Amino acid sequence: MKIQEKVYFLDRANIDTDQIIPAKYLTGISISGLGPHLFEDLDMPGFSQSNQDFQEATILIAQENFGCGSSREHAVWALEANDFKVVIAPSFARIFRQNMFNRGLLAIEISQSEIDQMFNAAGRMVNCEVDLNEKQIKCNNGLIFRFSLDEFAERLVREDGLVGFVAKNY
Amino acid sequence: MGKTLVQKIFDGHIIDRPSAGTVALEVDLVMCHEITTPPAILDIQNKWGDEVFNPNKIVALIDHVNPAKDSATALQGKVMRDWVRRHDIKFYDVGSNGVCHALLPEQGHVLPGMTIVCGDSHTCTHGAFGAFAAGIGTTDLEAAILKGVVFFREPKTMRIQLDGKLSENVYAKDVILYLISQLGVKGATDYVIEFCGPIIENMDMESRMTICNMSVEAGATSGLCYPDGQTLEYCRQRNLEIESLIWDWQPDSDAQYDKDLLFNLSLLEPQVTFGSNPSQVKSVTEMAGTKVDQVYLGSCTNGRITDLRIAAKILEGKHIAKSVRMIVSPATTQVQIQAIQEGLAEIFIQAGACFTNPTCGACLGMSSGVLAKGEVCASTTNRNFPGRMGKGGTVHLMSPDTAAATALRGFITDPREVI
Repeated sequence: MKIQEKVYFLDRANIDTDQIIPAKYLTGISISGLGPHLFEDLDMPGFSQSNQDFQEATILIAQENFGCGSSREHAVWALEANDFKVVIAPSFARIFRQNMFNRGLLAIEISQSEIDQMFNAAGRMVNCEVDLNEKQIKCNNGLIFRFSLDEFAERLVREDGLVGFVAKNY
Repeated sequence: MGKTLVQKIFDGHIIDRPSAGTVALEVDLVMCHEITTPPAILDIQNKWGDEVFNPNKIVALIDHVNPAKDSATALQGKVMRDWVRRHDIKFYDVGSNGVCHALLPEQGHVLPGMTIVCGDSHTCTHGAFGAFAAGIGTTDLEAAILKGVVFFREPKTMRIQLDGKLSENVYAKDVILYLISQLGVKGATDYVIEFCGPIIENMDMESRMTICNMSVEAGATSGLCYPDGQTLEYCRQRNLEIESLIWDWQPDSDAQYDKDLLFNLSLLEPQVTFGSNPSQVKSVTEMAGTKVDQVYLGSCTNGRITDLRIAAKILEGKHIAKSVRMIVSPATTQVQIQAIQEGLAEIFIQAGACFTNPTCGACLGMSSGVLAKGEVCASTTNRNFPGRMGKGGTVHLMSPDTAAATALRGFITDPREVI
């Protein structure tokens, strides 16, 4: 299983789920319709949802404690609606990380120094290949990073999420 | 080697180990509110024939927007009502409800040793009873509703012993804000914290709930206190006989923790956040004088009767500053009734505060006190993230005592100055 796609860098620690999807959009009964509001209230210099690099990216590279705060899975649904498949960060909040795996998306943790290397290469690094079999991230600028993944998380990602897994096995 | 409390609770609930490091736990209580549950209900209806694993182990309620503020939130409520009627699930509707983490303990649904999940990050509140309680997303919630099973990594364990004696005007909220400042916002990620020591032992259940409630703000999966006489008394008042549970759900004396921390808090002062995450904390003396536009008293952290009593004591016979507005939102209908009966509601209203119905409301910028851009709120809630209570607004977290003192002057005020 390989994902070779464009990356987008979000250089801020502790981006909480309120910043990923504001609470005012939590009033629906379905998981659709959240796409246009992803990062709507993220007040960050240089960031714009209409930026072409952001729109084309499917791999998000972020800083520590990404997805902290509210348990709202709407944050993951909003990422999904914008075709994001992978978030790479030094650390995630537990509930967000599990929500990603439960939906079959990848939350990959690599060390802060490796993330720093990625951010230092931000101008030149536009593509990554995330290889789930080899547990390896290959960047177009030649950088290669190894990662590990919790066995259960990998199973969920490969089996396309939690509910099917549970219905089949329990 | 002895076991910690959370290890014992896990041992009693493990039904499977699907992969190395992950356990499948049997769920004793699934709590369902109107924001995160409807998508799960609809997906189960579409794919799995509208099943629920056991209606007696599910409790549902309306709390985030109470009552509905528009047709979208009304539809969330309708999906909940239709679902609980189809399955005969216990439901707390508008008029008899409250913020879930205050309501369920109050109504006697929470006991030591239970496993409790909800699509809400502050579910860790219920750990105050010596239960394992954790927030989950909607997909996990769907699996829990469908099969009564939930998955967790084997937890890392952390013991936090709190020694000393709290000074006057220093409360549970000050304790947990200080601890988060010491741990950092991800210092307890993937840990389950067990809080103990004389300071916890001397706290009532509502204060313990405040402590456990915010353990997630340090990243923790859950935060627990060991059941004791306080727990027994609180449950007895709800006709729950739990004497044997008190003894069953204790850690072994030789339990080993992955991290073992000790703090002496005798010199702790009232605490207030600055900045935009809950680990950015200073003592009130350093923050005093910061002007605020709104004071908010409420939420699953500090909207219980003891919180209202503390604030009312400061406000009795006085009026809030002209430059400020104050909103008091009792956490549950029962707290609302009690506040009226004890005369607290009148104290708040006479002091110039708006006394509202129970709701999560403004804590997450949903309703009933949302901030405008550039406004500052002194709040007894749990999160000061950017825009949390309204886009462009700033939040300073503090205790009900400090919040009430702040309301009197219109700027952050040391409660020790206004006694």
